[in-house]
Amino acid sequence: MAVINLWYRLVGILPFGWTHYAFMKNALLAVLLVSPLFALLGTMVVNNRMAFFTDVLGHSALTGIAIGVLLGFHDLTLSMIAVAVILAVAINLLKDSTKASMDTVLGVTFAFIVALGIVILSRQGGFVRYTKYLIGDILAVTPKEIAWFFLIAVVVLVYWYIAGNAMVLTSVNPSLARSRRVNTFLIETSFTVLLAIVVVVSIRLVGILIINSLLVLPAAASRNLARTFRAYTVWAVIISILSGITGLIVSYYWGTASGATIVLFASGCYGISALLGRRFIK
Amino acid sequence: MQNTCGHCCTKIDNLNVKFGGNIILDKVNLHVNCGEVIGVVGPNGAGKTTLLRTILGEIPYQGRIAFQIEGSVSKKPKIGYVPQKLQFDLGSPISVTDLVASAISHQPIWAGVSKDLSERVKNVLSLFSAEHLLKRRIGELSGGELQRVLLAIAMTPEPELLLLDEPASGVDVKGLSLFYRIVDDLRKKYDIAVILVTHDLAGVSSYVDRLILLNRSVIAEGEPKEVLSDEKLIKAFGASLWNISLLPNLKSSEGNKNGRN
Repeated sequence: MAVINLWYRLVGILPFGWTHYAFMKNALLAVLLVSPLFALLGTMVVNNRMAFFTDVLGHSALTGIAIGVLLGFHDLTLSMIAVAVILAVAINLLKDSTKASMDTVLGVTFAFIVALGIVILSRQGGFVRYTKYLIGDILAVTPKEIAWFFLIAVVVLVYWYIAGNAMVLTSVNPSLARSRRVNTFLIETSFTVLLAIVVVVSIRLVGILIINSLLVLPAAASRNLARTFRAYTVWAVIISILSGITGLIVSYYWGTASGATIVLFASGCYGISALLGRRFIK
Repeated sequence: MQNTCGHCCTKIDNLNVKFGGNIILDKVNLHVNCGEVIGVVGPNGAGKTTLLRTILGEIPYQGRIAFQIEGSVSKKPKIGYVPQKLQFDLGSPISVTDLVASAISHQPIWAGVSKDLSERVKNVLSLFSAEHLLKRRIGELSGGELQRVLLAIAMTPEPELLLLDEPASGVDVKGLSLFYRIVDDLRKKYDIAVILVTHDLAGVSSYVDRLILLNRSVIAEGEPKEVLSDEKLIKAFGASLWNISLLPNLKSSEGNKNGRN
């Protein structure tokens, strides 16, 4: 609590109207924690061509919410995480056991999981109550939730430090990674599970519809600019934080949904990076 | 031939691999002495890649894969592996330094490559005429350059068994002969065993000590000359490839025909 009060006081120094509101200060802190996290995870998502995969994970939150409601859970986070993690593992198994290509497997899973969630939630016309999950509301974030994000950020950083090189090698060529004694199954599974948890926990902030773009856009933009892995990581984090802060503040003045506004700015960064990359880097 | 083992060797005994009901490898025996280069050839679907992946430990198998030094107990060999082609997009923001550093060190490359480490990377690459590639993105390398970088990785630390997967694919003739020469130097210098899987019958036969014709099981085995004049080879590859392998100067046109040049 002392930390959050210090934060409030620090932001309060800034000469802007929005700094008077506690919800904006909370939201800003959440953005500063979550956006670099998404940028980091996104670099591996994009390198591994998992963009559609994480989209399915995000949408599985619908079913997670539905099952939590059915079982009468007070906090739906647990059921959301459970569904996402089970789904992530199931997709990997399905991919290995059928001859269908990954995008077909994902397409099928996507359809099923979204339909299941909607069917359960729409019983007796009750779906409207849950539309808030589609768009998300970063302004409603509580200090307690922020503490959780801090914890998750620490876990991801430690994971990245330990498993970073193994992940790079696995994404380059799994057989090569194996010949270097990397346990590729463990790496792929642990990354997927981590991804599922982070995505689902962040649903409340940015919503099911656009959460995936926050993962993909900064890394995709950074790829246009970077020539080394370090530059790739650094640019992704910078782009993510910049569009996060700008989007949040602009959404305050425009009176728009923060998550979507952030995504718009990230898309803008992607556009600029594509132009710059063509012109100067390739 | 099958039961001989020099002062040290890698032994593959009675290797069986099944996928579902299909037998992919059937009682394969293969002994590679240290300092020996073995070429494995065979038609598509003969199990060549499966053999390599099994040795790498990616596929469950029955039988035994062991490394033995005279008088000592056998153990799993330390393996260096040069994959066929990197199957990922050319736009990937990974430099040669990144790739080598991520393979030979635990220092996370996303946080940057330290001076010490990049010096080590440079040393490793300089042994394979590849130190000038350090700053290139791996998508910008030619097939031959990429192969030398991958070989540098495979040789660090020095393995007991070196696996080369289709080194001829995606590499031009000049790059390929440089590669074969480097491999030849390596086995003399470090006394390692090399298994080379290839389609390039003509090119490889002057570099290998023994040629193995694989089609689920070992069909023929011996010196390149013997195996190349074996009728079974003609059956396995079909007459057209057979003719080409007799006429090495047609090699490059054959490469083009198969889309690898």
